[in-house]
Amino acid sequence: MFEKTGIPSKEMVMEKFPTIDRINQGPVVVVECYKEIPCNPCQTACKFDAIYIGEDINSIPKVKNENCSGCAICLSKCPGLAIMVIDGSKSDETVQIRIPYELLPLPKEGDVVKGLSREGEHITNVKILKVLNPKSFDRTPVITFEVDRNYMYDIRNIKMEVQS
Amino acid sequence: MREADLVVVGGGPAGLCAAISAASSGANVLVIERNKKLGGQLVKQTHMFFGSEKQYASTRGIDITDILLNELKKYNNQVEIMTDTTVVGMFEDGVITALHKEDKYFKIKPKATVIATGAFEKSLAFPNNDLPGIYGAGAVQTLMNVYGVKPGDKVLMVGAGNIGLIVSYQLMQAGVEVVAILDAASKIGGYLVHASKIRRMGVPILTSHTVKEAIGKDCVEKVIVCKVDDKFKQIEGSEIEFDVDVMCVSVGLTPLNELLAMRGCEMKYIPQLSGSVPVRDENYETTVENVFAAGDATGVEEASAAMVEGYLAGICASAKIGYKPDNFEERKQDYVKQLSDLRSGPVGQHILSGIEQIVVK
Repeated sequence: MFEKTGIPSKEMVMEKFPTIDRINQGPVVVVECYKEIPCNPCQTACKFDAIYIGEDINSIPKVKNENCSGCAICLSKCPGLAIMVIDGSKSDETVQIRIPYELLPLPKEGDVVKGLSREGEHITNVKILKVLNPKSFDRTPVITFEVDRNYMYDIRNIKMEVQS
Repeated sequence: MREADLVVVGGGPAGLCAAISAASSGANVLVIERNKKLGGQLVKQTHMFFGSEKQYASTRGIDITDILLNELKKYNNQVEIMTDTTVVGMFEDGVITALHKEDKYFKIKPKATVIATGAFEKSLAFPNNDLPGIYGAGAVQTLMNVYGVKPGDKVLMVGAGNIGLIVSYQLMQAGVEVVAILDAASKIGGYLVHASKIRRMGVPILTSHTVKEAIGKDCVEKVIVCKVDDKFKQIEGSEIEFDVDVMCVSVGLTPLNELLAMRGCEMKYIPQLSGSVPVRDENYETTVENVFAAGDATGVEEASAAMVEGYLAGICASAKIGYKPDNFEERKQDYVKQLSDLRSGPVGQHILSGIEQIVVK
């Protein structure tokens, strides 16, 4: 179905997620690259050898969760915007998620906006914690938001409709 | 009659790289570009490129033009660039005729030529496909990303290849609603990371769907689409209507090959390369001596491959006419390896099966 709709199945998504223990330890990447394409900037961008592609640039990136610092440098480097960072170390009720976001207007810290699933459906509201847009990110800002743990495996996007 | 060591026809990614590579080998190069600006399709590609570092991966297409032009500047006294100039003929005696700024013809006889004319968009046949508001994806991308003009408010995208997916995303970035992306194929043709990216913005992708007809008085107002079976036959009763003011057709590209055919290069129709392409050797030299080709004109692929092909054809063409750098073999092998890396995946296999049919040893 994925190849017909662009929506990865729950099993495909779960395979890319680290264990809940790792998530609770601190920030870590989730690299949602499911199909072999000739591309390796994530590996090049990582200073910690946490993403490995190897000699054949068509290989699917492998993540070494123990090496990942959650620095999120790879988020703005991935041409497919396929990487996010998840951090469950801050709260028992919520997780913090960082995503690349290339639309205007950018959200502001403190905004509560719509949280969307991988199908683009509004599943919950999320609180924006941080918006990073330095020159080195080359016009791919990175947004940090806080979301209820119940939605941590389903949320993948935001929509800038500020919720009251 | 003008003279030059090497004429490069086309100032897009392949042509610019061919010019850099030939000039760095010591040849004098004339680049002829029919548009007013160099860069070809790069000038509207606001997205980041795939590939690896050597093909400027993760850099936006719009910025790659500047990188290539800065590189070319290093060879200022060897390189001449003529924009707004169209090559209109290539003849048996090696003479090229070109039209400069629509009013001045001139002739030039180079020692070698690299044809990097690129590709053009295919069209789709359906009733009323000539209504205003129905665009090729390239035109929409040019309007938005080069001229800053919004093409409309609600768009239906036809074609889920990389261009259709990327232009849909860029339409959303420009604040235009994309109501759906459809494709007659049963699977999404483009990279799935692009598909997922646009899907999670809420845009449905309808595979096995085609356009039945467009409706409108002075411009498109409505598009009727329907499902197709596995033989691409329209299924009665499966119609869906979309109220849109723009329909964007992105059903693939085909090589722009007239000059190669006119010059007498042996051509072959290769479906995997999206059209009629020149038979060539591994140095990208065609069956006509000293006429080389590179980029989409030799088969439609990503711009990353076009750039490497340009570098390779440029260095081989200059070597052929007597400008062979000391590190020729090393550089050549590097380009060959880069191309093989880019083509080693599932998408590349398809391209390679086409290339096998046109390369003569």
